[in-house]
Amino acid sequence: MNLLTEPIGVSHYLIVGAIMFVTGALCMATKRNALGVLMGIELVLNGANVNFVAFGSEYLRPGAVSMGLDGQLIALFVIVLAAAEAAVALAIVLNFYNNHSSVDVDKADELKG
Amino acid sequence: MEPINWHSVFFLLFALVGCGFSVAVLLTSNVVRMAFYLVLALAATSGLFFLAGADFVGAMQIMIYVGGTLVLLIFGVMLTARGPFISMRTPAGEWILGAIIGGSLLVVLLSAATSVRAWRPVAVAEGEARPTATRLGMALLGARVDKLEEPDPTQREGMSGYLLPFEIVSVHLLVVLVGSAYLARPKKRAVGSTAETV
Amino acid sequence: MAEYLQQYLPQSLAYLTAALVHAVLILVVVALGTLIFIWLERKVSGRIQDRLGPTRVGGKFGWLQTLADGLKLITKEDLRPASADSMLFLIAPYVSLCASYVAYIALPFADGWVAIHLNVAVFFIVAVLGLEVFGVMLAGYASGSKWSLFGAMREAAQVVSYEVPLGICVVVPVLIAGTMDLVAIGQMQAGWFFNWFLFHDPFTFIVFWVYFTCATASVNRAPFDLAEAESELVAGFHTEYSGVRWSIFFMAEYSSMVVVSALAAILFFGGWNGPLPITHWLGLADSANPLAHYVANLLGLINFLGKAIAGVTFMMWVRWTLPRLRIDQVMATCLKYCTPIAAFGFAGAVIWTFLFPGGLVIPNKDWVVQEEYQLDEPQAQSAASTSAASTSPLAHADSGLHAEEHHGTD
Repeated sequence: MNLLTEPIGVSHYLIVGAIMFVTGALCMATKRNALGVLMGIELVLNGANVNFVAFGSEYLRPGAVSMGLDGQLIALFVIVLAAAEAAVALAIVLNFYNNHSSVDVDKADELKG
Repeated sequence: MEPINWHSVFFLLFALVGCGFSVAVLLTSNVVRMAFYLVLALAATSGLFFLAGADFVGAMQIMIYVGGTLVLLIFGVMLTARGPFISMRTPAGEWILGAIIGGSLLVVLLSAATSVRAWRPVAVAEGEARPTATRLGMALLGARVDKLEEPDPTQREGMSGYLLPFEIVSVHLLVVLVGSAYLARPKKRAVGSTAETV
Repeated sequence: MAEYLQQYLPQSLAYLTAALVHAVLILVVVALGTLIFIWLERKVSGRIQDRLGPTRVGGKFGWLQTLADGLKLITKEDLRPASADSMLFLIAPYVSLCASYVAYIALPFADGWVAIHLNVAVFFIVAVLGLEVFGVMLAGYASGSKWSLFGAMREAAQVVSYEVPLGICVVVPVLIAGTMDLVAIGQMQAGWFFNWFLFHDPFTFIVFWVYFTCATASVNRAPFDLAEAESELVAGFHTEYSGVRWSIFFMAEYSSMVVVSALAAILFFGGWNGPLPITHWLGLADSANPLAHYVANLLGLINFLGKAIAGVTFMMWVRWTLPRLRIDQVMATCLKYCTPIAAFGFAGAVIWTFLFPGGLVIPNKDWVVQEEYQLDEPQAQSAASTSAASTSPLAHADSGLHAEEHHGTD
């Protein structure tokens, strides 16, 4: 199968989305820097977005099976919510840094401000 | 020789850049480089969105995700990246555990992605990729212009648009705005130097 | 263009050639624009300060001053501080330049003269211009110098804040036009100068000035050039840079100045349409003859570049007239003045277009546009494939695909 001459399908997008999702999940699991965890979350959301857009694309799935615009709309909501989530998480991280002089998530085990 | 499919070529380009830099985010331990690789990965993803015919979502991805969220993230990185926090290494045990779990998750996802026949590539019909901005805007205001020709009336009733989620997201953003302003407020002059954060 | 080349070349080669020609043309605009504008900046600043500016190199007006400067910069040593993060330090100027270069691909230089006819062009350009900040931030961090880091932090705070009013301002002409397609927005303002969106209603007139303020801030020009602030931060984010890399930051800065001015020209000043409908009088714009159309576009290009250069010159005038603001003043300007005024203008424009949908000050607004649109509508419906090919994302790749399927089905 020659990738340069054959058309692209939904499954290609799903593969990309899967790789991004897994790297993001691993980032969340392995990084000790709180901001690294945040970046992992962004990658996970982004991988999910790739899937949504691929399923909603009229271009990749012509015909009645397409989700229509739902995929793109959900992707839009995900992007907006990711921005909101990043703002709050960043505020929390900076607060944590101010109080503890550290961004190591392993240090955040006191349960008390 | 078959003619080169430019759509596939650009897809490969963006997919390789996107996946490669997301793996780089995982592998590097320097937090500033992680942020930079993340920028490239997300920008390549927006290229993928453009290729899938989602032009508005692609531009939105650049505007909000890359131009807004990541600038904020790098801002945070710069505020905290000093001394030991620039490069925090992960113990080898966690890497091994992570690789086992992540690898098995990846195998499951990939086998799912490639097994369904309906998701295989199809020859794209003529004139399928239409501009989406207007239709998306209408859908956010509650009118699903893309579902007007839905033959099944029971399905058509459920297609009443996204006005309620749109409003909820708006209120949510307002809450987030207030909340993060509250979180980042200056302390009561006790520490002094930590006041200007965001 | 690719379709034209396809008659003579194999398909893949034709697309490659077309893409290369577009890319090189834009690169020429960026590079030549920088050369000219740096010279212009020297002359303008000289005149404002009652000097002559460069006079020696290349004749009376010092035409070749920038070229001489460029040669000097190329021969300089490319220094790298020991404390720098070397990879990011080396790559940062190119990140900046890429961002402002990419913005050009969706920018129409005349009616239909655009590298990629994007349906969300306005949005795309504003989004991509916001990416320029990454180069500055990376440079500031990677230099390993306190001055640079301070400059980068200021830049980040400033750009993120100013994107809000800038976005609101850009939405106002989009709201009036009902499309984000820059070519369509330009076509709607054809005819007399009072068809320009600047004069559409009082609110767009206000919004234009807010847009220009925010654009000046977002491309980091004085009085908002806190990221460089020579008097406080040595040279801000590019303190540690020298030689070619330093000059690339300047290419990025000047080309994004051109982009924001060009965007202002299209959104508010009618783009390639002159103040008087001269091409219409001469019958060039409506003529079926491709050569006449070409000449009309050439005139439009001159118009458009003139407006963009005027915008850039205005920015220079402002730079050499006003003192630099403090960082808290910059933030106050954005949050206390620009954002509320832009929001007010936006609300006003909404109400205005609701009350006077045809426009009040523009009695014959649609004397050119309407015929074109009536021509366009049935065409677009009957031949959906052509419109899809021209408006779909990455028009090259797409139209390539469509052309290919023609090929395959034949």
